[in-house]
Amino acid sequence: MSSRPELQAPPEIFYNDEEARKYTSSSRIIEIQAQLSERAMELLALPDDGVPRLLLDIGCGSGLSGETLSENGHQWIGLDISQSMLNIALEREVEGDLMLADMGQGLGFRPGVIDGAISISAVQWLCNADKSSHDPRLRLKAFFGSLYRCLARGARAVLQVYPENLAQRELILGFAMRSGFAGGVVVDYPHSTKKRKEYLVLTCGPPSLSAATPQGKGEQEESCSADEGSGDEENQTVCISDRHRPRKKQKITKKGKGREWVMKKKEQMRRKGNVVPPDTKYTARKRKARF
Amino acid sequence: MRLLTHNMLSSNIKGVANGFPLRIEVEKVVEKQVDFNADFLKNMFAKIEWKALVDASRSMGYSELPGDANPSMLDSDDFLQKFHHALLELHLEEGALVCPETGRKFPVNKGIPNMLLHEDEV
Repeated sequence: MSSRPELQAPPEIFYNDEEARKYTSSSRIIEIQAQLSERAMELLALPDDGVPRLLLDIGCGSGLSGETLSENGHQWIGLDISQSMLNIALEREVEGDLMLADMGQGLGFRPGVIDGAISISAVQWLCNADKSSHDPRLRLKAFFGSLYRCLARGARAVLQVYPENLAQRELILGFAMRSGFAGGVVVDYPHSTKKRKEYLVLTCGPPSLSAATPQGKGEQEESCSADEGSGDEENQTVCISDRHRPRKKQKITKKGKGREWVMKKKEQMRRKGNVVPPDTKYTARKRKARF
Repeated sequence: MRLLTHNMLSSNIKGVANGFPLRIEVEKVVEKQVDFNADFLKNMFAKIEWKALVDASRSMGYSELPGDANPSMLDSDDFLQKFHHALLELHLEEGALVCPETGRKFPVNKGIPNMLLHEDEV
């Protein structure tokens, strides 16, 4: 079976009591959710004047992301399609208001009243047609259209998504743009398969200086550090970029790793049970040139 | 559900032109203490539909709010306290929200309104 929850069952069925329970018992899930929502808060870039805002949490689930909003002193309204998840949120006694609603049916809010919106790992669900009456395009259109209407002018929406493939990403972003949003995708840690997170940062209103999409984390790092190599994708980039690497750079890396590094590696190998030559005063020394 | 949320919500049914404000049918109201924050209230005041808030708070059994309000009243501490109480501390625990145009009921259970639409209402 696929590891993507979107392919297993509709959200209101997938997030049953058992799945929802994980969101209070698993410290790993809690930590990831907290990190994602903190980063989303950061990207939301609310003015730093200490005034609480009215925010929206789309797909609030058990209210883990809402807790981050509360910690920052904001009032929030959360909506989710899973009753089980909302029950967990009630148990956790979250401070925001909860609603059982389907974002694909549009958000029923008055125009221009919400100061910002976040959504953690929810919007990609819209790309699935779980019932015969569902059309992903119509649902995306209804969602982004109503989101655009209810946001105040200049307000931002930060939606963390897990698109399945390039087509899905383009579909989501396309509908966001068609609804009138300005903005784009911020990718944190683009070179890592696990840590990679995508955020749609959308600004309501015409594009301006403040609408510029912020930088993703871990983007500036060199993509070709040879001793990292975790995924296949990464190895590929290493091969290609090696060919074009300037000569000078190679010289710097040739300098050697030093005695400390060698000792560490030998220790590692010993722990693995490999046969390793004993450490002597000659360990990690260079040979003389005449040899 | 607080009246803050009620004041933002409107009926989302297809073909409904004016789904605001949703009428409240009360079965049970609870009050929860919330920290008072004058900045938030002043910020929110412009966005609140005052008449809807007054009507909603009356249907919840709180009739202290004045029928008319203007921004100059925000300097009065007494007014802000009442505003705060009505907006953030009154919770509709059990009951229903009723669409003003179609009469469709959205049930509220354990403080959570069920705003899911049927397939023919989308």
